Amino acid sequence: MEILTLYNNLATYLLLAAVLFGLGIYGFITRRDFVGMLISAEIILNSAALNFMAFNRFLSPDPATGQIFTLFIMAIAAAEAAIGLSLIVVVYRYYLTIDCQDVTKLHG
Amino acid sequence: MTPSFFSADGLVGIIFLLMLAAALVGAIVAVTAKRLVRALAGLIVCFVGVAAMYFFLNSPFVSMMQILIYVGAIAVTIAFAIMLTAPGDKEQMGSRNILYGPIGFCCAALVTFGFAALALTTNWIPFAKINDGSVQEVGRQLLTTHVMVFELVSVMLLIAILGALAITIEGRRKRWKS
Repeated sequence: MEILTLYNNLATYLLLAAVLFGLGIYGFITRRDFVGMLISAEIILNSAALNFMAFNRFLSPDPATGQIFTLFIMAIAAAEAAIGLSLIVVVYRYYLTIDCQDVTKLHG
Repeated sequence: MTPSFFSADGLVGIIFLLMLAAALVGAIVAVTAKRLVRALAGLIVCFVGVAAMYFFLNSPFVSMMQILIYVGAIAVTIAFAIMLTAPGDKEQMGSRNILYGPIGFCCAALVTFGFAALALTTNWIPFAKINDGSVQEVGRQLLTTHVMVFELVSVMLLIAILGALAITIEGRRKRWKS
């Protein structure tokens, strides 16, 4: 396997997606603030989309389906970011912090 | 057959390696930076690297949408959230519990090695392509085979925008006792 032709290799993309997924999980567990957790969740979504695109390019008989699925992942990520950030703003307004250790109260 | 460093193919390989490094370094900065603004900058670098991966995966349209949606919309939204919540200079990482760092590292390492082993040991069998995956084909399938999901995604985005507005207005109107 030559290092300059790595871009034509399925395993490269799968390994990159696995490492990005692991980094996202690490950040999701170790971050204390909600914005940091949201950033980690975006990295996880990106690695899943990258996996779809890699399989789409190298294995799938229909190379358009994976691209369409990735576009849907992007739309759902945008909706998730909008909802999550508005929740974070509301939480900050009540608690004056976004540290997930301080947000401990439930109220119906 | 290995291309020489100075041929066009070699240049493509070098650009690919640079973008791979950008995606990895950006993700590492995004999850380990103490300041949220630096984490956001790392996230943007990671998004640009992944967009380049999409370009190398033969789909420039998805690459452009990645730049447009992730770097253009989601990163700016997160920047607004950081400004509105103003975490300030407070330490944002660590000291939650001494156990969280090792637990997170173990979980991440387990998942990464699992996926990597699965990717390397499976015998992937490629199929013959039935189309070329061009932008024309993507557009045609988006409006024929996947038109239902396409319309539902637009409804979902509308509901998400309205929901975000409703949550924020509701929080402004009434306030519970702390």
